[in-house]
Amino acid sequence: MTPPVTTQRVDLEVNGVQHACDLDPRTTLLDALREHLDLTGSKKGCDHGQCGACTVLVDGRRTNSCLLLAVAAEGSTVTTIEGLGGPDLPHPVQEAFLEHDAYQCGYCTPGQICSAVGMLDEAAQGWPSVVTDDLTDAGELGTDEIRERMSGNICRCGAYVNIVTAIAAVDA
Amino acid sequence: MSALGAPLRRLEGTAKVTGAARYSFEHTPDGCVYAWPVQSTAAMSRIIAIDVDAVLAMPGVVDVITADDAERLEDADDGELMVLQSSNVAYRGQVVALVVAESLETAREAATRLRVDYQTGDVDAVLEPGHPKLYAPDEVNAGFPTDTSVGDIDQALAQAHAVVDHTYSTPAQFNSPMEPHATVATWSDGRLDVFESSQGSSSTVQILSTLFGIPAADITVDSQHVGGGFGAKGSPRPNVVLAVMAARRVGRPVKLAYTRQMMFALAGYRTPTFSRIRLAAGEDGRLLGLAHDAISQTSTIEEFTEQTAESSRHMYAAPHRSTSHRVAALDVPTPRWMRAPGEMPGMFALESAIDELAHEMGIDPVELRVLNEPASDPESGKDFSSRHLVDCLRRGAAAFGWEGRDPAPGVRRDGRWLVGTGVASALYPAMVMPSSARVTARRDGDYLVEINAADIGTGARTVLAQVTADRLGVDVDRVDIRIGVSSLPQASIAGGSAGTASWGWAVSKASLALVDRLKDEAVPDDGLSAEADTADDIEAMADVDRHAYGAHFAEVRVDLDSGEIAVSRMLGVFAAGRILNSRTARSQFIGGMTMGVSGALHEHGVMDAVHGDYANHDLATYHVAACADVPDIRVEWLDEHDDQLNPVGGKGIGEIGNVGAAAAVANAVWHATGVRVRDLPIQPDALVRHLPMRG
Repeated sequence: MTPPVTTQRVDLEVNGVQHACDLDPRTTLLDALREHLDLTGSKKGCDHGQCGACTVLVDGRRTNSCLLLAVAAEGSTVTTIEGLGGPDLPHPVQEAFLEHDAYQCGYCTPGQICSAVGMLDEAAQGWPSVVTDDLTDAGELGTDEIRERMSGNICRCGAYVNIVTAIAAVDA
Repeated sequence: MSALGAPLRRLEGTAKVTGAARYSFEHTPDGCVYAWPVQSTAAMSRIIAIDVDAVLAMPGVVDVITADDAERLEDADDGELMVLQSSNVAYRGQVVALVVAESLETAREAATRLRVDYQTGDVDAVLEPGHPKLYAPDEVNAGFPTDTSVGDIDQALAQAHAVVDHTYSTPAQFNSPMEPHATVATWSDGRLDVFESSQGSSSTVQILSTLFGIPAADITVDSQHVGGGFGAKGSPRPNVVLAVMAARRVGRPVKLAYTRQMMFALAGYRTPTFSRIRLAAGEDGRLLGLAHDAISQTSTIEEFTEQTAESSRHMYAAPHRSTSHRVAALDVPTPRWMRAPGEMPGMFALESAIDELAHEMGIDPVELRVLNEPASDPESGKDFSSRHLVDCLRRGAAAFGWEGRDPAPGVRRDGRWLVGTGVASALYPAMVMPSSARVTARRDGDYLVEINAADIGTGARTVLAQVTADRLGVDVDRVDIRIGVSSLPQASIAGGSAGTASWGWAVSKASLALVDRLKDEAVPDDGLSAEADTADDIEAMADVDRHAYGAHFAEVRVDLDSGEIAVSRMLGVFAAGRILNSRTARSQFIGGMTMGVSGALHEHGVMDAVHGDYANHDLATYHVAACADVPDIRVEWLDEHDDQLNPVGGKGIGEIGNVGAAAAVANAVWHATGVRVRDLPIQPDALVRHLPMRG
């Protein structure tokens, strides 16, 4: 006998706003954002953590929201692309993407931007990457570091060259 | 100052970087339900039984649609769209049922629980040269002839001073736009409203009208933001038919999105290809003969033949020439357009062969290409509208530092790396398709331009506003633009690199007509409009050969121990007519070249011969270039003026970046290592056993 579809209350804090959601416990954070909270800026490109389009910041760290059940995000602070900045007050990374044309179709873009924001914070905290030569130098990221650290976000339009330029401009 | 050419930011840029731009699936009508396709797990089979009742009993399941009870569709001349019409299965991954449920989670689970029993047959899914099912189609994609012949190629080969005769292959490649195909369909009072991720919704309306037997006037398709397509959204795919069918049946709006895995069977892809190239050269390096014989696959339900040898008909002078296409209908999904269908695989083959000939004859690869530059189209004899391939090669060579290059392969070391450089030419036809547009002067002094163009990431919205502003003689910020809805004036698809030319012509013509009207008429309260259609203008065009050209230069490094290949530097120089927005154009060229690097080194659909399925059907196992795979690609273009194209003067730039780029990389790999790899993608296993010890 198939069990009935059950839902449960899930309290989510997204972009500084508390949401009391009634969710099927199978719901991912990504689907909660897109289908229940109408925050469609976070994109579904693969639903398997392979493309990065769904990247949001969970407690400040970049996270594939397709790989996180919404119930597991309770008690965390979630920031989506909508929470980073809007038309009137864009985040510096959003502004750099506009200036350097670091996007084409725009579908991977919110994930790229959230990922870049999280990545720059990781670098500022001195987290090394696989291409880091000097673990004691937390200076400006070079383009090789940016390329490496941004390789979890696929862009099929091929905007990588401009994405690297945009992020380097913010980091400078 | 004219708005044309200016590096304007994308008009929808802020919406895209703030997450406000809504793509098709991001519309959620009240009362909507979710549909989930169930795919065949067997190729070449027949469905014996589907246990619909067990799934219908699951809480939250609204409906299960199968071929037993789906509504009958009228044939719209595309076998892939005849979904749920038969219990026969043509390939693994074809849709055999559609589950409709109250939530995404329930739909997904119910779809995985649906039990389908099949009677299976032998699977024939692997394309090979000499495959017994190869045949000559009546024509190949885009209406090009199947075979052509000039002179006597056999005689040329027999008399040649040097001959190159090799077969080159490219694997199945998958467009993989970041936004999977998705549809939201709503029926109300006999009207059909659809949000659809499409490269051209005017044709989608016509096809839905045929399939479902309702007037086109009762259908609206909205595709205002499209998350990439690269050809995969150039015509309707099963997703839209399934969603519309389900919405009519359950009487509620339906949302349906492919999973990434479904994309590899249900969205189209580039066929694997084999190209036999034969070059016959005289003592001076001039070609006496050029032959290109191409092989590709199609499915058993729809014929699609990639025009792989088409580019070889136009590239180089040679008095004796021949081309052919053969295709085999296999138990596979139907291949379709993927960025530069024909040119991408064909030019990988031809431009690799030219590099091999250059080495054999001891002639610089740039010079060999210059030496074989034709004065008119080498096959048809038509005049060129303009052709600046040699200028692209010369300018690229100078900017890249080609001069003084040591032609010897496998001799340059930088620590643990072997280093080499390669060049290849590019071309792409400059096409234009009939479109219409409307431009309106408003009482407030602003203007509105309306056209059902699609912006799939090209910057079309922005460029068309620039064209309008230029023709009206006003600032761009006084022009509002509406695109991407089928109720707007009909326009051609975003395909064939022809969007800007086709839509720009219609917008230009409508704008000029409005300027004329404004000379004698005052603007009434509801505005003053002018419409234009370009069908007659295009019909009247002179019969000349129109192509864009380019030259790619690549530097690669190959690790002596592992065979790892890294592209360290790349330059593309293009002659593509007038460039209408330098910012978005540069991005599009770079994007095409990035896909070229990706195809050269990474992309490889691997056919599972036992099950008849592309085994690596996700983005973890089908690797497309990631950020770390792509170097600092540079792009330049010539200031090319061609008055035989269209009033906006552009040749189209969407695809040429992906033409020849893979050959430039392959030629650089050969120069680095001395290993000629004729099968894409070039991966370490092809190199590592040939590399010298690091000492």
